[in-house]
Amino acid sequence: MTGILVGLIIAVSLIVLVQLLRVNELISQVKNEDPNLVNDDDNKSQGLLVFLIAGVLFLGSVLWQFKYWGIHILPPASSVHGATIDTLMQVTCGLILFVFFITQPILAWFTYKYRGNSKRKAHYFVHNNKLELAWTIIPALVLTPLIIYGLNVWNNITNVDTSNSQVIELYAKQFGWAARYSGNDNLLGSTDFRLVKGMNELGVNMEDENAFDDFITREVHLVVNKPVLLKMRSQDVIHSAFLPHFRVQMNCVPGMSTQFGFTPTQTTAQMKEQEGENFDFTLLCNKICGAAHYNMKMTFIVETEEEYNKWISSQNTLKNTLTLK
Amino acid sequence: MSEHHKETFITKYIFSLDHKMIAKQFLITGMFMGVVGMTLSLLFRLQLSNPGESFAVLEFFLGEKWAPGGVLDPNMYLALVTMHGTILVFWVLTAGLTGTFANFLIPLQIGARDMASGFMNMLSYWFFFAATVVLLSSLYVETGPASAGWTIYPPLSALPEAVPGSGLGQDLWLIAMTLFVVSSLLGGLNYIVTILNLRTKGMTMMRLPLTIWALLIVAILGVLSFPVLLSCALLLIFDRSFGTSFYLSDIIIGGEALHNTGGSPILFEHLFWFLGHPEVYIILLPALGIVSEVMSVNCRKPIFGYKAMVGALLVIALLSFVVWGHHMFLTGMDPFLGSVFTFTTLLIAIPSAVKVFNYLATLWRGNIRFTPAMLFAIGFVSTFITGGLTGLILGDSALDINVHDTYFVTGHFHIVMGVSAIYGMMAGVYHWFPKMYGRMMNKKLGYFHFWVTFISAYGVFFPMHFLGLAGLPRRYYTNSSFPMFDELTNINEVITFFAIIGGLVQLLFIFNFVYSIFKGTVANENPWKSNTLEWTTPVERIHGNWPGELPTVERWAYDYSKPEFDEDFVLQTVPLKENEINH
Repeated sequence: MTGILVGLIIAVSLIVLVQLLRVNELISQVKNEDPNLVNDDDNKSQGLLVFLIAGVLFLGSVLWQFKYWGIHILPPASSVHGATIDTLMQVTCGLILFVFFITQPILAWFTYKYRGNSKRKAHYFVHNNKLELAWTIIPALVLTPLIIYGLNVWNNITNVDTSNSQVIELYAKQFGWAARYSGNDNLLGSTDFRLVKGMNELGVNMEDENAFDDFITREVHLVVNKPVLLKMRSQDVIHSAFLPHFRVQMNCVPGMSTQFGFTPTQTTAQMKEQEGENFDFTLLCNKICGAAHYNMKMTFIVETEEEYNKWISSQNTLKNTLTLK
Repeated sequence: MSEHHKETFITKYIFSLDHKMIAKQFLITGMFMGVVGMTLSLLFRLQLSNPGESFAVLEFFLGEKWAPGGVLDPNMYLALVTMHGTILVFWVLTAGLTGTFANFLIPLQIGARDMASGFMNMLSYWFFFAATVVLLSSLYVETGPASAGWTIYPPLSALPEAVPGSGLGQDLWLIAMTLFVVSSLLGGLNYIVTILNLRTKGMTMMRLPLTIWALLIVAILGVLSFPVLLSCALLLIFDRSFGTSFYLSDIIIGGEALHNTGGSPILFEHLFWFLGHPEVYIILLPALGIVSEVMSVNCRKPIFGYKAMVGALLVIALLSFVVWGHHMFLTGMDPFLGSVFTFTTLLIAIPSAVKVFNYLATLWRGNIRFTPAMLFAIGFVSTFITGGLTGLILGDSALDINVHDTYFVTGHFHIVMGVSAIYGMMAGVYHWFPKMYGRMMNKKLGYFHFWVTFISAYGVFFPMHFLGLAGLPRRYYTNSSFPMFDELTNINEVITFFAIIGGLVQLLFIFNFVYSIFKGTVANENPWKSNTLEWTTPVERIHGNWPGELPTVERWAYDYSKPEFDEDFVLQTVPLKENEINH
């Protein structure tokens, strides 16, 4: 029944539309003009519409969105390098908005101002080398410092000294995360994917001494202001370890190991005060990985040294959990 | 001498050798695929704005298996996203856009009877048609169509155990893509040869309309990059079916350790994006060409800085081959390599800025005639600016860390290449429709179509930047698993609202298109008063384009409102007057 109704409505609207078009064309025939060629009235009305919609309405809505949706943007970075990314972001956004709010109004204004008129002729203006040179050189001059600044930030992030960092491994699989702490020696035991079996879900080589004090958790605890080096592996497909509040992201690729070093600067407790009780540092998967991709998460807790030591003393090493069976 | 000959229904409409008919075949297939791709996106938009809710329309389209009780299945969500991307990027914006306008415009605008090889041209369409059939058939496979994203990164795309769509659906995807690449190469070689060899007397390279320049460069990009995609896909087929390990290593899936070692998915990403990034410009450049032409005609003014425009196209094309790594900053690629790609990527801002300022200078002191095509050209400049600027953020490796693969990316590329290229395509259809079908499209419907599209396109894609800056990853079936995204629901509702409006109004465009083919007012030979050669051909379509001799070109394509003439246009075939200065 609904099918017939929908069909009927579509048919009737089509007929109405066709009839309207016929009427429109007949009227024009009487006036002896082609209704589909553009006349001065069209230029007037469409020129005004460009000004009102592409100019006023669009730019107004952009401002509105910044005001009402800008609050959803992530809070300032909770890591040392993240703060440098935030500053670079502000500089870049400032530049972008500056150019945006100059070029878009010019576009709308020129389009409106030079709307056609059958009595007028356009200005024959073919080229001007000075202008061309200006708008090649000025963008180049603006871009040069921006590129240098960006590369500088990138180099500082990727070439960070990790010799004193605490090493933690993030292990991704469909559809969940695990973390392996490197223990007192700060060295992760070697792994082989063929060893993944039963309790040994990360494929740790238990003949390697470095693995003895490693331990595996489902929640990552970090000490505030203490550098950490995350090493990523994946069991099956590509995942991506994304920690938006720390400005950290790195793909987890099967067959290779990737890493990202950073230093958290805010404890979870501090963030809860700022952002509300529900706040948690969260690890998300940010590379399409299958049906439950949207639900792959792990909580990161940043705390003081004392709290951390208390937590770590309750963890059981792999030597205890894997070999004593 | 005319080459017009007797045609049967089959040689005229189906296995036609006439470039104009082949162009229409590409256009109509492209439009059909556009509707399919858009519908898929509307289906998953319903889930994103109203996660977990039941919609009869979902069950109607997807059936009991993929939308039990009207609620979208997560695997089907990924399949919809994948197929939407594949269809829009390749079928609509590559074949639909270039296939249509390269075929239609190249012989007409350079003064040739047809393409260098009409037969290759016909093959190009029929390979595309076969690719279309294979791709669409994958929608009906038991395990669902390909679901690993349009970039089909292995191992996800290689292992049916990882996602059901990586079974037969992915095989069909790869076969369709192989056929597609063949079609694209047959077309591309033909375009290059035709432009270089078949220009009529007097049509020097620097007298070519910018459309032809853009299409020539696009064809070269395609011929250089599509074979790499083909090899990339072939190696994936080997990994999937013949046990090789090009992309696979150290994998446990379904509790079993696979035998593959030594391969790397990063190799796939390099090969894929070596095509994938030029592909972005394969999509964008024809739109830039069309917009330059439409804008000049309707400003009644020469395009400002013709040589700079050609130069900018060349520089963009050249750079497009050395920036692919900016899709891979976070793959574990050497950070130094990341720096190099950041540098080359941000350089693209310079030729892009030149193009934008030249467009603004073209508008300046023009006598703008607002045809629907011109409105779409203006819309293009607007989205090209908006989307291009956010590229400064994504191209910067340091900033990319936190917006990579979020909705910020989705917003950026939909505006700068999706919407912009669609605007370019629409501008082309409205502008050359009278030449294609000998009739005019309805102007008022065209205006309505443009304004609703303009508002809803920005309504859909601009808010996505805020979602991305809030940290929301793209390709999430729902945001409701993370409390930090709870407040974003209202933005998603706005996006879906505009998506539905924007989708519906495209049906009005298709109505206008079909209606005008049969009932539109009859067009005259040169309704827009343009200079270029296609407007010197008769309204009645003939194979061979010009009934008599081929035209001789005496001047460039952009002598609009030249002071020496009373009329505000001068056909390219009109000889220079005595004492007239060549532009």
